[in-house]
Amino acid sequence: MLFFILKRLSQSILVMAIVSAVSFSLFNFVGDPVNNMVGQDATREQRVEIRQQLGLDDPVLTQYTRFLGNMLQGDFGLSYRIKRPVDELIFERLPATLELVFVSAIIALLVGITMGVYTGIRRKSWASRAILSISLVGVSLPTFIIGIALIYIFAVHLRWLPSSGRSGTVDLGWWKTSLLTVDGWRAIILPAITLSLFQLTLILRLVRAEMLEVMQTDFIKFARARGLSERAINFRHALRNTLVPVITIIGINIGGLIAFSVITETVFQWPGTGLMFIQAVDFVDVPIMAAYLVFVALLFVLINLVVDILYFVVDPRIRLGD
Amino acid sequence: MQQDHPMTRWERFKDNDIVWSFLHSPGAIVAAAITSIAILACLFAPLIAPFDPFDPSQISLWDGKLPPAWIEGGQPQYLLGTDNQGRDMLSTILYGGRLSILVGLAAVCLGMVLGVTLGVISGYVGGVTDAVIMRIADVQLTIPGILLAILINGIGRAFLPLELRQEFAIYVVIFAIGLTDWPQFARVARGATMVEANKEYVQAARIIGLPGWRIMLRHILPNTLRPVLVIATIGLALAIIAEATLSFLGQGIPPTTPSLGTLIRVGNEYLFSGLWWITFFPAIALVVLVFAVNLLGDWMRDALNPKLR
Repeated sequence: MLFFILKRLSQSILVMAIVSAVSFSLFNFVGDPVNNMVGQDATREQRVEIRQQLGLDDPVLTQYTRFLGNMLQGDFGLSYRIKRPVDELIFERLPATLELVFVSAIIALLVGITMGVYTGIRRKSWASRAILSISLVGVSLPTFIIGIALIYIFAVHLRWLPSSGRSGTVDLGWWKTSLLTVDGWRAIILPAITLSLFQLTLILRLVRAEMLEVMQTDFIKFARARGLSERAINFRHALRNTLVPVITIIGINIGGLIAFSVITETVFQWPGTGLMFIQAVDFVDVPIMAAYLVFVALLFVLINLVVDILYFVVDPRIRLGD
Repeated sequence: MQQDHPMTRWERFKDNDIVWSFLHSPGAIVAAAITSIAILACLFAPLIAPFDPFDPSQISLWDGKLPPAWIEGGQPQYLLGTDNQGRDMLSTILYGGRLSILVGLAAVCLGMVLGVTLGVISGYVGGVTDAVIMRIADVQLTIPGILLAILINGIGRAFLPLELRQEFAIYVVIFAIGLTDWPQFARVARGATMVEANKEYVQAARIIGLPGWRIMLRHILPNTLRPVLVIATIGLALAIIAEATLSFLGQGIPPTTPSLGTLIRVGNEYLFSGLWWITFFPAIALVVLVFAVNLLGDWMRDALNPKLR
């Protein structure tokens, strides 16, 4: 167990080293950092002074070490465009992304498991077939097209919901939430559905497949023979045994949600970290790009680590097999 | 079945198990038909399209924002209406689709060459080389492809000087998507290589002293191509989606030579004014294209992989 975790940990550190090297080279080789700081019309002396201040004349390895040191403290310098500390900007935008991902995950899990169980138990009914065919179409539709379609139907045509932006936020001091007001919920519902659809279909199909498999097993037959009610069999015996694989894919799921949140945030102009990255690329705002890169890598490394360990804890077979 | 006469070439062709499977699955025939029609229509766009959307003399702003021909206000020469600049929608979709398919094919080829090369080497050489390559592939596979493509594409754009960005955008996109999907190819090629490497013909080739690269290239590689082809087809659909997504985010193909994704992006800005056709038709074109390629990939997976049947 310890060996396994150590192996994964070393892998994670390797990933972070590579990512930090990439963002370091972004800083050093994209444009002229001095120009980005002082603009075109600074004098020669000013430039030399800033070069020395920034330590750009030091050997590359020294610079990289310093960069790593700053990175570990969450210091990525000032955004070229907005002229504010990058870590501050990211923390400002983070609640929007996390709330979107959270609401989407809840929708995907609730609806996905419910529909999965339904289609698994009543697999011959017309509703199950309809759900499965629709989910097949859902998988092959690109996220942004689903978003546009929802905007057209619910915002442009029916005018029920706002089409973009985040509104009705309440400032809790350290966290701006949009989950406390009706306006906030109205704004989050379309992007959250868009983001959740793909994961929802994945969960649906997984739960259905697992249900079908579990229903064939001897202990379900035995439960039937004991004369237990359908409900007890379906939920207390069958559903419980399908949840192990579902729990383990939740982690991967969250990773997927974060990935697709970049697209969803752009479609709905949702002011989260993903939209910030896309805007930073447009303006070559290197500090934000570098910070986002490190941030996303860290997030994925953590998620994978947790999932690996969870897997270990949840399924004793793996523990014994290693 | 007893055959009295020698089989003609066509009969032997029909007797092939892949062709047999193809002719007996209606879904595959429909998908192949749609895919080939789409690909042909796009490749021959300059011949088919009623207008040349890149020729300023054929565009007039007066004809801008016209609805499709069957709706009131539409004009018969613009079957699917016109966009904000007065370009014929049907023509821009054909040209845009061409770009989307070409970028998708190029990206898949890049990923395939890279992945298969690394995969065959990994499977044949084994040891530390294998461990390193596969570890990298594993780590990369934990990150969703589309996010990786967005990140690589963003970094690639940042490294380009501003004045070259538009010009080289298409290559950056190909590079980003290609770099994203090599692990799939590497895994499959490695698996196939490990199976082949233990067969007698490879051992015979080793015994007569052929160099390793020659065995990999001439003996093993041709035998790994079946599964690679399946991955490539499914990969093409994903690459087309990835390109469209990048272009939609404004990070891909520039509006001067729009791809389907760029067209959807441009059209999206007019959605609120009720000009739905500028977004709708490119989106439908994209969805149909991707769906057909996907169906084809699914069929190929079943047909080329007898174990799954």
